[in-house]
Amino acid sequence: MNLRRLLAIAYKETLQIWRDPRSLAIALLMPLMQMGLLGYGVSLDIKRVPLCVYDQENSQLSRGVVNRFTSSDWFRQVAVLQTDRDLRAAMDHGDCIAALVIPVNFSRTLYMTGQDSLQVVLDATDTNTANIATGYAQGIVAQLDADLNANWQGAHGETVRGVGTVDLASRVWFNEGLDSRNFIVPGVVAIILALVGSQLTSLTVSREWERGTMEQLISTPVTGLELMFGKLTPYFVIGLLDAVFCLGTAAFWFHVPFRGSLFTLVLTTALFALVVLGIGYLLSVRIHSQLGASQIALMLTMLPTTMLSGYTFPLDQMPQAVQAISWLVPARYYVTILRSVFLKGSSLWDMAVPVIALLIYAAVIIRAAARAFRKSLD
Amino acid sequence: MSGAGGQVAVAAREVRRHFGALAAVDGISLSVKQGEIFGLVGPDGAGKTTLMRMLAGVLRPDEGEIVLDGVDVLADPEAAKARLSYMPQRFGLYEDLSVDENIFFYAELFGVERKARKTRAAELLDAAGMTPFRRRLAGQLSGGMKQKLGLVCALIHTPTVLLLDEPTTGVDPVSRREFWGILYSLRESGVTILLSTAYMDEAERCSRLALMHEGRVHDCDTPARLKQAMPGVLFAVTAPDPRAVRAALQDAPGVLGALLMGDRVNLRADSAARAPELAARLHERGVAYGDIAQVEPGIEDVFVALTGAGAA
Repeated sequence: MNLRRLLAIAYKETLQIWRDPRSLAIALLMPLMQMGLLGYGVSLDIKRVPLCVYDQENSQLSRGVVNRFTSSDWFRQVAVLQTDRDLRAAMDHGDCIAALVIPVNFSRTLYMTGQDSLQVVLDATDTNTANIATGYAQGIVAQLDADLNANWQGAHGETVRGVGTVDLASRVWFNEGLDSRNFIVPGVVAIILALVGSQLTSLTVSREWERGTMEQLISTPVTGLELMFGKLTPYFVIGLLDAVFCLGTAAFWFHVPFRGSLFTLVLTTALFALVVLGIGYLLSVRIHSQLGASQIALMLTMLPTTMLSGYTFPLDQMPQAVQAISWLVPARYYVTILRSVFLKGSSLWDMAVPVIALLIYAAVIIRAAARAFRKSLD
Repeated sequence: MSGAGGQVAVAAREVRRHFGALAAVDGISLSVKQGEIFGLVGPDGAGKTTLMRMLAGVLRPDEGEIVLDGVDVLADPEAAKARLSYMPQRFGLYEDLSVDENIFFYAELFGVERKARKTRAAELLDAAGMTPFRRRLAGQLSGGMKQKLGLVCALIHTPTVLLLDEPTTGVDPVSRREFWGILYSLRESGVTILLSTAYMDEAERCSRLALMHEGRVHDCDTPARLKQAMPGVLFAVTAPDPRAVRAALQDAPGVLGALLMGDRVNLRADSAARAPELAARLHERGVAYGDIAQVEPGIEDVFVALTGAGAA
């Protein structure tokens, strides 16, 4: 390999990227857009569920119950209802997803018999949200129950007995807030890198064939390897810049906790960038049309990366065959690595399996790309 | 450089190349001496471009041997590429790069030293009349200037063999003259030039010509000798309706061929003594004509006579 020729290719390619609005848009705008869209749009947490309150009793106790619901982060009050008809209308119109119904003799029944029920009506067209809202409501009611018990005993002068129920104290590690954003945003970074990387390089060789510049280029002493590394160099730099942007946004804008080492992050990111750039380049060498190459690159990265990288859809819930296919998706390894580096602060050694998998992937792709290029018109 | 003139710079032996069932190049042998301007002449589809590509090492022949400046192109195409320059028929430079950037790119690929590049680029651009356009994007150049830029890029590393595929197609006459000016000065410095052309006036400027037709070389000689070798003599018949003249005379005894040339018909006959006979035949048929004169054949006439190809 001749460094001078390699640099000549890299310089020429840089000028071309700089002057090609399409490449620039992919390189600069796509990460920005996707980061905003996916970072904000995709969140598995449900907060501030719209709640209608139908307090039939309106006593001190019932208002206290309402307050427990509305002062939590999980529900927000959107309307106060007066009649059953209102309740029906509110649910039909979709004004709220949950409605809290407090029966008319709630406090009396409770004090007399020691028990009564609250009703929560849920719009379960979105079952996921409804399930989660049920969970929140149960949590609030359980707390209410416990507090009432304590008060009851205190108020009746009975000695408070020892802890009568078993209290489950769970502690969550790594993502203490169980904040799904911390889990998703690193995955988003992987998706963006995969998309942008393979899109950019998918155009690079096919453009030369399409514009007729390849014929003259292959009549010079430039070798396939010089061409490949020369062309990959500027895209590698762009890919790393995009990665810095995305990872920076994840850490400083979305406040995903970063506990690993920067070195590990950069090294693994560079490795992943090499893999996705290599995939795009391989397609570009194989398919002599820009449109065809970029379409296939999109197809090969978009779906497998979103579905099979484990970025939102848990892989261990999938059928065996699909899980097996996911081993072929390079983003799978990178998503694992990113989460480990960000949330667990893992070292390269801890992540030996995904890192080695990416290494093998990079080696195979680059070798295939190098072999696929023929310095000939045949 | 491979020594004194007279040495063979490009040799092809029994080169063949098929595309499917079509034999694009069907057994061509050539020998071009150092310092020659060698022309490949023939209609579209004669196999000129395919042959050029094989000589340039960008397309592999099915059979045959190609030796370029002492290097076996098939065995070691990369070594050959360092010595040659190839300019494809379709503009092969980067339209989104400026004139200077294209030159720089090709100079770097061929490892031209910085100083040498600067002086040589300045000389070549000057000779091509392109010095004022150095910063212009190649895509914004006229057709003629694009071809001249192609030549400048091809020459930046001083090749020993220059392969030009229809370099002046679509180029205005002034640019063509400048183009040929550069080619002549190259020949003086010992560069071997092999070009293909569809222009007959350009063919006459070559030191030797190969007349190509349907993948084969029919004849190969200097333009003058090719003309001499043409069987028969040539008459030019001017007429208000050249088609009527051709219709009246193409089957006359002794006429070997008739070629429409605008306001006249070029008639090839077996002897100069046929002139009165032909005039009489036109009178007899009542076809108006201006003059029947014996003329020097052009390359086009020779081409038609030797290949037997029909002409428009």
